[in-house]
Amino acid sequence: MGWIGEYVDSIRSLQFRNVLTQMVSLGMIVASALIIWKGLVCVTGSESPVVVVLSGSMEPGFKRGDILFLHMGKDPIRAGEIVVFNIDGREIPIVHRVIKVHERHETGEVDVLTKGDNNFGDDRLLYARGQLWLHQHHIMGRAVGFLPYVGWVTIIMTEKPIIKYVLIGALALLVVTSKE
Amino acid sequence: MIDHRLCFTMTYSNLHCRLGTLVNLTSILFILLFVTVSFPDAIIRSPSVDVHAEVSKLNRFRKRLNGNDEVSLNLNISVDLSSVFNWKTKQLFVFVTAEYKTLQNSFNQVILWDRTIHDRDSAKFEIYAKNKYLLIDQGCHLLGKEIQLVVNWYVMHKTGWMSRHNKSMSYFELPQVYI
Repeated sequence: MGWIGEYVDSIRSLQFRNVLTQMVSLGMIVASALIIWKGLVCVTGSESPVVVVLSGSMEPGFKRGDILFLHMGKDPIRAGEIVVFNIDGREIPIVHRVIKVHERHETGEVDVLTKGDNNFGDDRLLYARGQLWLHQHHIMGRAVGFLPYVGWVTIIMTEKPIIKYVLIGALALLVVTSKE
Repeated sequence: MIDHRLCFTMTYSNLHCRLGTLVNLTSILFILLFVTVSFPDAIIRSPSVDVHAEVSKLNRFRKRLNGNDEVSLNLNISVDLSSVFNWKTKQLFVFVTAEYKTLQNSFNQVILWDRTIHDRDSAKFEIYAKNKYLLIDQGCHLLGKEIQLVVNWYVMHKTGWMSRHNKSMSYFELPQVYI
């Protein structure tokens, strides 16, 4: 029985440091990704600096699967801008165009009405019950740039979570078995 | 750290290493592409545009049941934005806004009419059009109000940043009585 114990011990000591190093480097990768993300949040002034277009209500300009880069900034909201906003009670943010703006004296508060380019009517049907206008705090950011198609990765991973698990599993396997 | 030089020698056949280099290279290419496409044209050549919008007819001016003023207008819009189109332009979004100021609001801006333009040929046109969206005030401050018509356009590239431009066009004074 002694030699089994010795064998197991030697395996353990060899592998343990390797595995630990791998986990630390994995942790470093995750940490740097988080740093980049949080940095983007700070720079753009928006809670989520990148969003994926989920519906066809802004076609032909933005199609499902496109990625939008957002920036909030201090400039007042103006008609024609494409904004991303949250409705109380809905978890998924909506990307539509501002068609009406009414700004108050002194306080600078705005009432905003939006509409999807591809929709027939304005967004009042989407707003919360009794809500006629959007306000500054509903709006997460303005679209300033976009990348086509790249967002499909996120859509596929959300709608078919099995792929997400397979990918993460494969990634973890790759990291752990690499011979660096 | 991955030593990329080693990836290209025949003796180092680690798939992980090759994949990493490939991903690195593709990302750098993507970023370069993104940056070059975003490079603003205005630095190279400033396009000459010709846009014009004015009110051709006041259809209706009344007070709604809920107390808000409502205006319906016919517009004469002529646009020549063909010089803005180039190889990386995906589309233009052209829209005419009515802007005015009231005692209650320091700034009111509503889109009266809009159109998406996909190619150079459709970027030049002249039309008489009824407003797509009614001009509705928050309240009833529009009697005798002067509104400013502005033609705006967004340039959207195939990828990259979007830019906004506008040109103030004309003024229109609403009558002192409803019609």
